[in-house]
Amino acid sequence: MAKRLFNEPSPLETKVLSKRFGLEGSETLDVYLANDGFKAFLKAKEMTPEAIVDEVKASALRGRGGAGFPTGLKWSFVPRTSPKPRVIVVNADESEPGTCKDRLLMEYDPHQMIEGILIAGLAVDAHAAYLYIRGEYRYLIEKMDRAIAEAYQRGYLGDNVAGTGFKFDLYTHSGAGAYECGEETALLDSLEGKRGIPRMKPPFPAVAGAWGLPTLLNNVETFSAIPPIIRDGGAAFAALGTPKNGGTRLVCISGHVNKPGVYELPLGYPMMKAIYEVAGGIPGGRKLKAVVPGGSSCPLLTASECDIPMDYDTLAKIGSMLGSGGMVVLDETADMVKFALRIMRFYQHESCGWCIPCREGTTWLRKILQRFYEGQGRREDISLLGELSKNMLGRTFCALGDAAAMPTISIVEKFTEDFERYLARETVAI
Amino acid sequence: MAELVKLSINGREIQAEKGALLIEVARRNGIEVPAFCYHEDYSLQAACRMCLVEIEKTPKLQVGCTTPVAEGMVVHTESDVVKSARKGTLEFLLTNHPLDCPVCDKGGECELQDMVFRYGAGESRFVERKRHVDEKQWSPVVFFDAPRCILCYRCVRACNEGMGVGALGIGNRGMISEIIPNHDDHLECDECGACIDICPVGALTSGSYRYQTRPWEMDHVGTICAHCADGCKTTLGVRVDKIVRGNNRDRSGINNEFLCVKGRYAFDFVDHPERLQSPMVKTANGHEPISWSKAIDIVANKFGVTVLTGGTFGVIGSNHTTNEENFFLAKFAREGLGTKNIDHHRTGDLATLFDALSGKTDALATSADVENAKAVLVIGADLAQQHPFLSFQIRANVRRHNGHVHVVTTGPVREDNQAVSRVRVQKGGELAGVESLRDTLKAEVNLVIVFGDAMQGDALRKLVAFGDSLGIPVKYVCLVDYSNSRGAFDMGVLPTGGGLSLEQMLAADDLDVLWVVGANPLKNAQVASKKAFVVVQDLFMSETARQADIVLPAASAYEKDGTVTNVCGEVQQLKAAAKVMGAKSDLEIFGLLAKEMGLNLGIWLPGKVFEEIRKTVRGYNVPLPVVATGGSAPTMPLNGRVAALPGSIASANDTLFTSGSLSKYSNVLNAVMEAPGKLYRGQGPGAGGQ
Repeated sequence: MAKRLFNEPSPLETKVLSKRFGLEGSETLDVYLANDGFKAFLKAKEMTPEAIVDEVKASALRGRGGAGFPTGLKWSFVPRTSPKPRVIVVNADESEPGTCKDRLLMEYDPHQMIEGILIAGLAVDAHAAYLYIRGEYRYLIEKMDRAIAEAYQRGYLGDNVAGTGFKFDLYTHSGAGAYECGEETALLDSLEGKRGIPRMKPPFPAVAGAWGLPTLLNNVETFSAIPPIIRDGGAAFAALGTPKNGGTRLVCISGHVNKPGVYELPLGYPMMKAIYEVAGGIPGGRKLKAVVPGGSSCPLLTASECDIPMDYDTLAKIGSMLGSGGMVVLDETADMVKFALRIMRFYQHESCGWCIPCREGTTWLRKILQRFYEGQGRREDISLLGELSKNMLGRTFCALGDAAAMPTISIVEKFTEDFERYLARETVAI
Repeated sequence: MAELVKLSINGREIQAEKGALLIEVARRNGIEVPAFCYHEDYSLQAACRMCLVEIEKTPKLQVGCTTPVAEGMVVHTESDVVKSARKGTLEFLLTNHPLDCPVCDKGGECELQDMVFRYGAGESRFVERKRHVDEKQWSPVVFFDAPRCILCYRCVRACNEGMGVGALGIGNRGMISEIIPNHDDHLECDECGACIDICPVGALTSGSYRYQTRPWEMDHVGTICAHCADGCKTTLGVRVDKIVRGNNRDRSGINNEFLCVKGRYAFDFVDHPERLQSPMVKTANGHEPISWSKAIDIVANKFGVTVLTGGTFGVIGSNHTTNEENFFLAKFAREGLGTKNIDHHRTGDLATLFDALSGKTDALATSADVENAKAVLVIGADLAQQHPFLSFQIRANVRRHNGHVHVVTTGPVREDNQAVSRVRVQKGGELAGVESLRDTLKAEVNLVIVFGDAMQGDALRKLVAFGDSLGIPVKYVCLVDYSNSRGAFDMGVLPTGGGLSLEQMLAADDLDVLWVVGANPLKNAQVASKKAFVVVQDLFMSETARQADIVLPAASAYEKDGTVTNVCGEVQQLKAAAKVMGAKSDLEIFGLLAKEMGLNLGIWLPGKVFEEIRKTVRGYNVPLPVVATGGSAPTMPLNGRVAALPGSIASANDTLFTSGSLSKYSNVLNAVMEAPGKLYRGQGPGAGGQ
């Protein structure tokens, strides 16, 4: 096969969402239709909306954007009978450091996501969806526009979807380069043409979202998981994973591994196996030091904490998160001060500035870490980093402040010796 | 009655309306929940994170400003975790704050200072370099110092929601987020300065006040604005007899947080170098200064001789002088000089309105009614330009009570943005425009009709008949131009009983004496009578004063005590703030003249005259304590027939940046780029300014 993929697939994968990735022309409607495409939609068309939602509930699918909220439950919150029209918004603002799965779903199998969106449309009686794609994914906007145009042309979008009489429109919308707009309400503000800052909740988007309309908002991967769920049944999807953690997910493994890439693994997959077998282990046989389990916003795990199954509940139990599936592996050569600085630079740059603790906190933390990294750290800075992070944690307007605070707290507490090493290396003078 | 819930705050059992905001409930019960971004009049932000409180059974601290109270809620506002959260937030706030309190205008009345004093840490743990941004000037009256800004967005909301202008926005993001003007690098707005008053820190400062004084070195005198008829309270900051600031931060007046550019900045005419500070007498070489005793002597003599010889007087009163002065002048003319020839520049047809409403009670709207009415109809007025406070009240009505606004004007007005019906008419077609809204207005619960000088005489009677026919309670506001236009009418500075009107006086060829008090009738006119001896009391050498035989320097409204009545008939107290050497209040001048003439017109102290007004003027038996403590007391409706008056009625069509002859002497009003302003966005009468 001539097709060059993002990474070589692993034989250990359970390919459900990504099963068409390797096919030549997988982004075209023809290949999609020839490989189970739109079977789920036609099946869903014969189901009641309640039955669709129940099927999604039965699949134990949880939001793949990072928060892990049960998808079926979220769908059931959207008032189908509201006098206002319902809209669907697809969160394709994939910006969490370490995460690169949505881009593959859109690049290799856009019609799967479109079908998922259409099924959601049936479930909540919506007839329009907005695909909010991060600004940096410009090439993907073009690819999605092509896929959407093809779907319109062939009657899989528009006034008569797949000949069923169902009317549905799908629009792409470009973000402008803000991590914050991955937060669902900030995304909605940005979609409406406003400054991308999060909204106050309640009301939740399900009740009053885009333009004040009841809005169903899910991640690209979440929508992409819908066609297999409807086609093969929620129970079958759920059975792939562990209880309450249904199905598979695209795990993005990066960092110190021999075979970095995006691998589709069932929920509850052992983390050590993912690192050492799926991703080919650590180069040079070096020792594992730390793992970012699901995007840079998650508290880090030390090597000794990594012998766990990867599901939402287990990670929550040990004080971290499964997040967006962006797994970053760090070996013994990793400098945790530098790592903390690198991610804090990101959060400081991406803080929207709306609330004080996040705006000022990320900046201050970045400055301390920068100073520390430059050899000007003081012993009291170690505890200060932790205290300031805790002053942000849970006190900011949205989760961005938490996202900056949580990994920092974990790094300072779990890898204090890295900071100590900096203190020993340099004479401190300010 | 809304449903009540019981909750506990700091162990205290509290009853509150279900759904009320926790921060409000706490404050109403005397429990302070500190906040920067929360402002009860504007939309919620939850941005500053100062009002975090602990609610039992909730895992995280919650912001008091967006959390509604619920039954059984157990709240702690002073627990250790809450205290440490406040301390943490303040620590974050101070990281990039310049801490330049010693040179900051706000020092001493700064909310950030107060909060840090009360809740903050004694020491800073921040040893990094602070971010600096240079100060910017956005307009002659607004400066912005970004490093001091804590980004509470109060200014943005005040401008957008309060003023309906939307001149401010937010630029950039994260650490470099900054409040920015929405037009390039400068403000194009009302220049009202509401953003400055509402700023909790010294980020927004006033072009005229900055670096003038420390707040604690000023006396703060709450008085009523000397310009338009809306009667806003302005608190003048006075340092050594000089007014250095006007503001409304205590929100104690009818105007709540509102003040326009005139109320906030246009006190500067008081110190204008052209202020008259000595009586002047006309000589062959122009006007020359004379002493007060000499001037009083000359005028009293002339008045006395004219009375004795049965000569003809013409007395023109003012739209700016106090009720006491107007009352005393009317008494002086009628009893002292024995003339009925007394009038003032009338700018609204109050006589016809009162006559048409005779027998009705509760038919005159107060300024609070404009905010609380279910519907407001604006006829023939550009309120945002001519009556900015009423315009603000209408926006407040829509914002707080979802009131309906209907507009009938000759051109686009700001109220269009709030209006549910907009009718554009040719001048003179207002009544037909109103008629077209009959069915819409009938469906309203109640209505306040605000109308300008387009509605007078017969048209006004028809308007009242139209109001009667709607079958809903209707109240009226007859727009008049200046700070005491309404008082001049009520005090009887009118040619009732067969006197000459203002125009008739000027046209009469046998006038012996023309006495002009605080008015400029000769701006574009001449006195027909060649023998007329003209006495003028004014602040400046106006066109009228230049034709006077004797000019007496008068004190402005900011230099005297007394009362004024605003456009809605609300009586409020003036308090002397400044002193200008050589000028005397008009009341004192009247008193001295009366004394010199040997007339007994009573004691001429403002308090005594007001007592007499309360006893004798219909509708003015207002509660003294209300007025004396700086409140507003609505006058009662006249409730009887009012005789028709000779003479014409016309608004001077001032804009937001003009104020009759006073604005000429305000540097601030002349400095802003929007001056002189346009009515109806340049499409109606008065277009292009005066």
